[in-house]
Amino acid sequence: MNHTPHGRMTLLSVVMMTALALVATACSSESTPDEIVLLTHDSFALSEGVLESFTEATGIDVVVTTAGDAGTMVNQAILTQDNPIADVIFGVDNTFISRAIANDLFSPYRATAIDLTDESLRIPGDLATPITYGDVCINYHIAGLAEAGVPVPVSLSDLTGDAYRSLLVVEDPATSSPGLAFLMATVQTFPEGDSYDWRDYWRDLFANDLSVASDWSEAYYSEFTQNGGQRPLVVSYASSPPAEVFFGESAEAPTGSMTNGCFRQVEYAGILKGTDHQAAAEQLIDFLLSPTVQNDIPLNMFVYPANSDATLPDVFVEFTVFPDNPVITDPDVIDENRERWIQEWTAIARS
Amino acid sequence: MDSDRTVITLQSASRVGRIALVGIPVAFLGYFFLYPLISITLRGLTPDGAFSFTVVADVLSDPTLQKIAWFTLWQALVSTLLTVVLGLPAAWVFARFEFKGKRVLRAATLVPFVLPTLVVATAFLALVGPQGISGIDLTGTVWIILIAHVFYNYAIVVRGVSTYWARIDPGLEAAARTLGAPTWRVFTSVTLPLLRPAIASTAALVFLFSFTSFGVVLLLGDLAYTTIEVEIWRQATAFLRLDIAATLAVLQIVGVGIVLILYGRYQRRATVRFRQDMAPPRRPVTARERVAVGAVLVSMIAIMGIPIGVLILRSLSPIGGGLGFANYTALWSLPAESAAFADPIDAISNSLRFAVVATLVAVAIGVLASAALAYTSRRVASAFDVFVMLPLGTSAVTIGFGFLVALDWPIDLRASLILIPIAHALVAIPFVVRSTSPTLASVQHRLREAAATLGANRWKTWWTVEFPLVRRAIVVGAAFAFAISMGEFGATAFIARPSAPTIPIAIFKLLGRPGGTPFGAALALSVILMLITTAAILIIDSARGDQRGEL
Repeated sequence: MNHTPHGRMTLLSVVMMTALALVATACSSESTPDEIVLLTHDSFALSEGVLESFTEATGIDVVVTTAGDAGTMVNQAILTQDNPIADVIFGVDNTFISRAIANDLFSPYRATAIDLTDESLRIPGDLATPITYGDVCINYHIAGLAEAGVPVPVSLSDLTGDAYRSLLVVEDPATSSPGLAFLMATVQTFPEGDSYDWRDYWRDLFANDLSVASDWSEAYYSEFTQNGGQRPLVVSYASSPPAEVFFGESAEAPTGSMTNGCFRQVEYAGILKGTDHQAAAEQLIDFLLSPTVQNDIPLNMFVYPANSDATLPDVFVEFTVFPDNPVITDPDVIDENRERWIQEWTAIARS
Repeated sequence: MDSDRTVITLQSASRVGRIALVGIPVAFLGYFFLYPLISITLRGLTPDGAFSFTVVADVLSDPTLQKIAWFTLWQALVSTLLTVVLGLPAAWVFARFEFKGKRVLRAATLVPFVLPTLVVATAFLALVGPQGISGIDLTGTVWIILIAHVFYNYAIVVRGVSTYWARIDPGLEAAARTLGAPTWRVFTSVTLPLLRPAIASTAALVFLFSFTSFGVVLLLGDLAYTTIEVEIWRQATAFLRLDIAATLAVLQIVGVGIVLILYGRYQRRATVRFRQDMAPPRRPVTARERVAVGAVLVSMIAIMGIPIGVLILRSLSPIGGGLGFANYTALWSLPAESAAFADPIDAISNSLRFAVVATLVAVAIGVLASAALAYTSRRVASAFDVFVMLPLGTSAVTIGFGFLVALDWPIDLRASLILIPIAHALVAIPFVVRSTSPTLASVQHRLREAAATLGANRWKTWWTVEFPLVRRAIVVGAAFAFAISMGEFGATAFIARPSAPTIPIAIFKLLGRPGGTPFGAALALSVILMLITTAAILIIDSARGDQRGEL
């Protein structure tokens, strides 16, 4: 009988007041939340005890939430930005960072150790903090190339030659992040406006019987000769050869990495706008850039720590070759062109 | 006076019961399927707050997308046809004959269901890839996709049809034979029409799986072969074109809906007289029977056994050479070296827990839905039937993103672990419904009426009359639900989740690292997944009841 508009309003306002009171209580305890949520991708990994040391120091638990690959993760963050599912996001790479920034995802913060990172890795306005970087390069299987009777290729141009026919497998840039990175390396190496641009290069690659896998695992584990496949050249990471030693049987790397035509992938962490725990989120960003995490990164994620003070494990120092001039593309240029590049690439691949 | 009251209570109870029967599945699917689906679709189709037809028009007129839609449809039809044709002989053998190792073999048919696509892809490439063992290179052809679909969906036809087939009185076939009909004639004019509900039912499931195929197409098809499902994923995650993705998702659902409605029209509600005193399966006796059963078993081994055999062999071939269990022991040493790898015991226990919850939810919702289908009017039932099947025909990306934008109301479930078994149950419910509803619909009204006349109330009738008849079908559905949950990867990958790796996710993590050891360990973990699934299915199957005693 009390279903008059007035009665409903009163009930509604009581509910609202209670809710507001609850929110207010939540906000007032902002300085020390019990836990903080870190949204990351499936490849995130740190040794046991590392995140726990953050809890020991601050009293805050870190709840790790994973969300598919890096692209899926960024899209999830954008879709939920009105009511964020996390406080901090880690693993947005430079091919997606501009999209995240354009969608107003981050609350700015200048990490205390930011000056220890390379200038080229940083983002204007401190919207996100570089945590790791790695180079996407063409890997070669030493025995596989020997069997094919060809030398290690020196430049990207070599790969369109007859000698390297049917030897290379790449990943689809629409479905794989190393695939996209390699596409961008070719865009930079054969820029638009030149008489021979990246599109011509890819037509020649396809004419040379290029194989395209949908993702890195497929390329590396079913097509690369190192793992029983048919092709001794694969788009992978400069850090894959040390990983082969670390997880392999021999003391020598069975594979190597080209030093030319590499693209540098940088992974960032950022504070998600709308978090109730800004102060705790800032502590977590500083922690991610601290030696505790940075020293632990190489052998867990097989990328380099962004903090130049971090110490590298021996296997990294011994078996990684640093690329000569890795391609570093402005994230804004990437964001403006990514879709067009992929679509033009797909058109070439399908023709 | 007393009897009057009883009548009233019965009527009202059956009305409440009927509402619960329809209401619970509708509420479940409404909240966990329809609501997220509509939320994400609206969000995609109204990019600037207003609905725009331009994207829809662009998508519909794009020749590339038209080609993708056409390919999606025809490969699904051909895959379904092949799976049914190849699966029927095996269904016959399982329904009619007893032989050594039958129980284990029947449980093992579900193994392909749980195998990660990449692992299957490596086994396929070892067989029919360049320099494959078979000497035939099928890479880059549509055949490798079709064969993979048969491999994955074979169990649906074999298990689904054989359960139903076993209930058909062999006397009918014998009678036709006595009347002089040749064997093929007996099959086409007696057996096949009787089997039609079960064949249509399982074919619909195979079609939906092939129509929304993702991993197989992505890994085994080259760029020329793309399904709508793969395209939705590309548009949503690579380009963040939610508008195009949402349009394609709607297109996909409309396509699935049309097929389901056509199928509903085709499938007459055949009522088969199930005999209570039917002869149990027996050993093949005549030479002809022995040859036929033998041939079918050989074909089963060719379809399922060879790829699985290749996988087992590779898991036992460590990188150092020779044969041994090094890949298996590596599973336990890797986590200690790096947290990039999930602890296998953790992954196994997570998987088992999720699978048990998913199975219970799927069976509860699925059986209620089947009962609702059996007792409601035909028009309501056919609409409801399409609704129940839709989750299977909807893209995992769409549902995953839908969960994120919708399920923070009324309470925030978005990062809750419960979403994982619920997502699995959504895929599994159609299986429970498909396996139970033909049997339930066939329970003769007279049996129910007889029980009611004898004074049994609705629940008692259910427990004493329907449940014993439908029990075996529930077990078939439960086994599928369990296997689906154990193997599911796609949907889980799109749900934001606190770290609780399942076996498929642990395998995925291993395959994401360079180095021979993680790869070998991934194969070993796949074999462990196979063994655990087979063991669990054997346990579930044992609830079918004693072959002799039950019927």
